[in-house]
This record gives sequence, structure tokens and C-alpha cells, in this order.
Amino acid sequence: MQELINIFVKAIFVENMIFAYFLGMCSYLAVSKKVETGVGLGLAVIFVLGITVPANYLLQNYVLAEGALAWLSPDLASVDLSFLSFILFIAIIASMVQLVEMAVEKFAPALYNSLGIFLPLIAVNCAILGGSLFMQERNYANITEASVFGLGSGVGWFLAIVAIAAIREKIQYSDVPKPLKGLGITFIITGLMGIAFMSFMGIKL
Amino acid sequence: MADVLEKPKAVAQPKEPLFSKKNRRLISDPFNDNNPITIQVLGICSALAITVKLYPALVMAISVVFVLVAANVIVSLMRNMIPNRIRIIVQLVVVAALVALVDQVLKAFVYDISKELSVFVGLIITNCIIMGRLEAFALGNKPWRAFLDGLGNAIGYGVILIIVAFFRELLGSGTLFGIQVIPDAWYMVNGGFYSNNGFMLLPPMALIVVGIIIWVQRSRNTKLIEE
Repeated sequence: MQELINIFVKAIFVENMIFAYFLGMCSYLAVSKKVETGVGLGLAVIFVLGITVPANYLLQNYVLAEGALAWLSPDLASVDLSFLSFILFIAIIASMVQLVEMAVEKFAPALYNSLGIFLPLIAVNCAILGGSLFMQERNYANITEASVFGLGSGVGWFLAIVAIAAIREKIQYSDVPKPLKGLGITFIITGLMGIAFMSFMGIKL
Repeated sequence: MADVLEKPKAVAQPKEPLFSKKNRRLISDPFNDNNPITIQVLGICSALAITVKLYPALVMAISVVFVLVAANVIVSLMRNMIPNRIRIIVQLVVVAALVALVDQVLKAFVYDISKELSVFVGLIITNCIIMGRLEAFALGNKPWRAFLDGLGNAIGYGVILIIVAFFRELLGSGTLFGIQVIPDAWYMVNGGFYSNNGFMLLPPMALIVVGIIIWVQRSRNTKLIEE
């Protein structure tokens, strides 16, 4: 249990997708003008990361990794398909996003109306593929750890986008140098927030 | 006179010269007025984490040039065959196949760099520049124009990567491409006055450097200022 909490906290604060790895920056910059839309996209990211990371974990450990096909027949124990991982991960992500979109539309129309436009965008959000690739690189021990990592990264991303959206709403009333307005100042604020988040690095988990 | 100048504007004309004015603009625009990173805000995702040193940044830039140009041409060739509803998946598969190719080549020839870039090679797939250009340009244009557009945008992206990496490596470690450029005698340890700014090596500084590049660019070209 403690191990799981460690992974969760680490994914949110220490290895924050935005501030430590800059993943998902495109939608982060494009959709952070208002807190409301930021919350919508953030929730969608938590949701999709929580589903795709475990799904890709299963794919990685039962199909792609070296020797993973041994459960089919012992002859396949030496097969290493990991060069296919990019294509299959992105295919799983794209189809999962599609599935999730349909399921949400059917069973939770209210949620669909608030997430609606963001769901298809998410298939090409770097944070989602990044989550799966980090999962592959770090070799989590079992599917629970992988899911907890996925959810934690999503929550970290959510925190980041809500925080920057709140700052951007306020900064409209400040006297920023003209050429720096909009994009420029957003970059610099994100950098400063990243520096603030680095203080979590000292935590030993 | 007038119709000589008008000619390149007609897109459908089969005899349009390969390097007409309009086609040249496809390459030159992304350098400044329409830069993918500083103006279109695309492709920042996988870019910034690998700009600590010049060499990995250069490798990354070359990989993106290859993937974007090839994907643009392939999608442009298939543009009339792709059903509209599944175009995103088709594009993703094309890009993912190209990136897998790049990844294997990097692993075979520059293994150290490939380890250093780690997941960021894979993340070229979701690099918004690539999807953005495929959606906005390759799906509606002929292969040659798509080729030029891909080349221009990928180089515009690479240029920013290299500028950021140049400053971060120079100020952060006092080297360029791993070769020391700040004289040894300048350093504090040797009785000089200089010391490296270790802060430049940390991820947040990449964002701040890009912010400053945007600032410089927009104060030189006031048309780009946002309201």
C-alpha cells in the first residue's frame, strides 16, 4: 500500500508531466485561457490516462516485451516485438479514446457535454502517450502500480492546467510588456511554476 | 508584365515552377512570421526536455525533419483515398511507423543519444507540429507543396530547438557540442570571475528561454503582438 501511495505522490508532484517533462504542452497552452475549460480538459486527461496506461501495460507484458508471448506457446519465448510498441500504443490510445467517447456519450450525457470537444483532442496529447512510454521504461511490477501511476500523472496534469488557467485569468489585468503578452508571459510563468515544483524533488519517497 | 507576376498564384496550374515565389514562401515563412513554436505554439511537448545539450537537440531536429517531411508527402499522396472519418487514425499510423523507423536507426547508430532522448523519440508521434501540418496542409495539397511545407516547418522547429540548446549549453556548462568554449582561467576555481549557471541545466529554464525568444521576436515584429 505504501508503495502505491509513493508512486501516486511521485507522479503528481515530483515527476509532474508538465513541469518536469513538458508533456502535453500544446493543449496546456491552447486550452488554459479559462479555468472552466482547463478543468474540463484536465478531467478528461485523468480519465484517459487512468484507462490507457493499464491497457498498454497489459499489451506490453503479454504481447510486446521479450518473451511475453510465452503464454501462447513455449516456442514464442524468444520473440521480441518491442519495436512495434509505438504503433500499438498509439493505436490502443486512439481506439480507447474513441470508445471512451462513445461510452460517456451514452451513459453520462452531462459529462459528455462538458468534456465533449476535448475527448478527441486527447488522442494526440503527448501526456497520454508519454504516460504509456514512461510506464514501459520504468517497468512497473504489476497492473495496480501502473494504474496508480497513470492516475497520478493525470492528477498532476490537472493541477498544472488549473493553476495556469487561474493565473492567466488574473494576469489579463496586469501591465505586461506588450511583446510578452499572451504566449510569452505564459511560458515564463510556467517556467517559474516549474522552479517552484522543483522543491518537491528533495522529497525522498 | 502583370500576368507574368500573377501566374504563380494560380494553384491549379500544372506548369507552376517548382520553386515559384509561393512555393518558396512555404519554406521561408515558418522561419519567422509563422514559426511553429513561437507563433503557432505547436510541438513544444517533446522539444524542451532535450535542449540541455546541442548534440541531442540536433539529432532530435533531424529526426523531426525526416518524420514531418516523409509523413507530409505520404499523407498528401493518400489524401484522396483516406475516408474523412478515420483520417486521424490513418495519420497516426503513418507517423508511428516512421517514428519506429527513426527510433531503430538511432538505436543502431547513435545508441548513447538514443538513451538520452529516451521516451522523447516516441513522443514525436504526438508532436503537435506533425499532426497539425498533416491536418492543415497535407490533406489538401499536392505532394511537392506538402514536401516544401513539411521541410519549412520542421526546420523552423529545429532552429528554435538549436537556439535554445545553444544558450542552455553555453551558459549552463560552458561548452558547445561538448567542446569547452569558456577559457579555463576564467573560472572561479582557477582564480577567475566566472562560474557556470547551473540553473540553465534545469528543465524550467527551457521554458523561460523560449519565452524570451518570443519576447525578442515580437518586439522586432510588432505585427505579431497578441491583443
